[in-house]
Amino acid sequence: MDPASILLGGFASGMVLFIVSVGLSVTMGLMGFVNLAHGGFAMLGGYLIVLAMKHWGLSFVAALALAFCAIAAFSVVLERLLYSRLYRAQELDQVLFTIGLVFIMTAAVTLGVGPETQVIRLPDWLRGQTNLGFMTYRTYSLALIVVGTLIMLGLWLGFERTRYGARIRAAVDNRRMAQSMGVDVGRLFTVAFALGSGLAALGGGLGAEILGLDPNYPLRYLVYFLIVVAVGGLGKVSGVFFAALLIGVLDFVLKIYFPKGGTIFIYALTLILLLARPQGLFGKKGA
Amino acid sequence: MRVSNVLKLVLVAASFVAAAATAQSQTVRVGVVLPYSGVGAEFAQQVDRGMQVFMKLNPNAFGPYKVELVKRDSKNPSGAEAKTAVQELIAQEKVDILTGFIYSPDAIASASLFTEGKKPAVIMNAGTAWITNLSPMISRVSFSMWHAGHAMGEAAVKNLKAKTAVVGYTDFPPGKDSLDAFKRAFEVNGGKVIDAIPMGGAGQVPDFTPFFQRAKDRKPDVFFVFVPSGDHAVAVMKTYNALGMRQAGIKLVGPGDLTPDYKLQGMGDDAVGLITAHHYNADLDNPHNRRFVETWKKDYGANATPDFMAVQGYDGMAAIAHAVVAMKGRMDPEGTMNALRGWKFDSPRGPIQIDPATRDIIMNEYLSEVVKQGGRLVQRNLGVITAVKDMCKELKEGKCK
Repeated sequence: MDPASILLGGFASGMVLFIVSVGLSVTMGLMGFVNLAHGGFAMLGGYLIVLAMKHWGLSFVAALALAFCAIAAFSVVLERLLYSRLYRAQELDQVLFTIGLVFIMTAAVTLGVGPETQVIRLPDWLRGQTNLGFMTYRTYSLALIVVGTLIMLGLWLGFERTRYGARIRAAVDNRRMAQSMGVDVGRLFTVAFALGSGLAALGGGLGAEILGLDPNYPLRYLVYFLIVVAVGGLGKVSGVFFAALLIGVLDFVLKIYFPKGGTIFIYALTLILLLARPQGLFGKKGA
Repeated sequence: MRVSNVLKLVLVAASFVAAAATAQSQTVRVGVVLPYSGVGAEFAQQVDRGMQVFMKLNPNAFGPYKVELVKRDSKNPSGAEAKTAVQELIAQEKVDILTGFIYSPDAIASASLFTEGKKPAVIMNAGTAWITNLSPMISRVSFSMWHAGHAMGEAAVKNLKAKTAVVGYTDFPPGKDSLDAFKRAFEVNGGKVIDAIPMGGAGQVPDFTPFFQRAKDRKPDVFFVFVPSGDHAVAVMKTYNALGMRQAGIKLVGPGDLTPDYKLQGMGDDAVGLITAHHYNADLDNPHNRRFVETWKKDYGANATPDFMAVQGYDGMAAIAHAVVAMKGRMDPEGTMNALRGWKFDSPRGPIQIDPATRDIIMNEYLSEVVKQGGRLVQRNLGVITAVKDMCKELKEGKCK
């Protein structure tokens, strides 16, 4: 079997996982808030993109931009109205609240748009094959790899090279110390939350070609998002990136060689990994 | 004294109930079980509209008898919801006959209820071959996976000159059936199936990339794919083209589930060259089909097109109408089944008959290719095999014994 095409295929689905999950990693690392509704924002973003293209005639790129902004804004409203009330609550309460939110999102989408799978009509320049010189491969997968890498670089620079990024890293490492140094963690969280949700929306739209898009999306992929975050380590952008790629490639390879229920190996590997390194592959010890 | 009074009252009440029952039996209650919501919602719409079109075009088909449809949603393809719906239709709604059943698991899960409740069922889609063996109360107006699968396996060798094939199938009963049917016919005729790939379940459209990648790397002459039509089929066409399998010289073939007529134009040039074996497509040229498609477009819009499921809804209603008239509105279960045995009809898909021996359908299989004509995609007829029986039961394969 051709290893290059397996790698490219796996990278492409890994990139989608990365774009959707990175926000979850940051917000969970920052506030310790277990936001199981994160995939819901991805789904809402995906639907917004499909509907904007179908009914308002927006281009794919314009629809992506719209979904990023709209879902980021929407998530801030939810954060201020609902999430902020549960910051000091127990984890179980947070889990119950966010799962409830997922049910509401799923039901709302079923009611408003319908239960069927939504299909994104990609622009012509993203369809078909591209010749890389040494091989030809699916254009859209290559585009996903480029976009995912760009987002990764952008986030990494933002985290490592800006004051805001430094504050976020400080707050993830030691929230109380950061607070006592005058960092407004609440504000920081709102911004990180909006960014994470916006990115999830992008992931929902970009990934629809690969992960599909229907009202059960948030629950179906929840486990994958959580595995990526757990393996990557909380609040570590690069960790989430490599974990997503790892899981994307593994899942792809297992589906090729063990198409019948190959995913069980992913769960088994995650289990073993977390037993050996509870902080994740790339997380810091004791975090 | 008192006891006899009570007895009288009971007798009077009983005679009322009996009278009501005879009055009611003039209205035949038909339980319709279809996935009106969920991933199969579009299939339910096709079948439901097919039933409506039959009743519109044949207002006198039921004679003097009234037919009342009691519809229930079977939601997802697991079979569990369908079984609950059937139970309710038999026990509470007191229907006389059941119909619908898109997904094989729906029919498989409900089969024992047809037998126990003594209610005839007319299957309008569910194509796993051995479904008709599960209950003497089942008759099928749709197809068996072996109709198209077996025909395609033979045509792949004889018409397409293929020597090797890879089979990709959705991992639920009709998928495995389709694999068996194609493999048997392909290998009997001298071909070789070099790989069979299960490709996820029916409940959601998976990412087909890894499965198709594997098929591509095997470099077969033909790639036979079974998926449960609809959105699955659209994703198959997309992935086949995105991975450049056509350029690699691998022909995509399958049952007509790959070319749902109402999604064909939306597939665009991706679908050109696709070869299928099936019992219906909207481009079939016969007077019954012309009238059917014309009425459909008039009622549901110029861009709406009926597909094979719509015709199955149409033919299913025709079968029920025949049984109602034959039974004079009193749907005694054994009598109804006997009326359905051997029933013949001129369907939009050509002449059909219910096999008296197996209660399964006998019909034509059409080999067709998707071509572009005047800016539209149409299915060009490459050949017909007439009066095809379910080969699984003919050959007594596996569970069809």
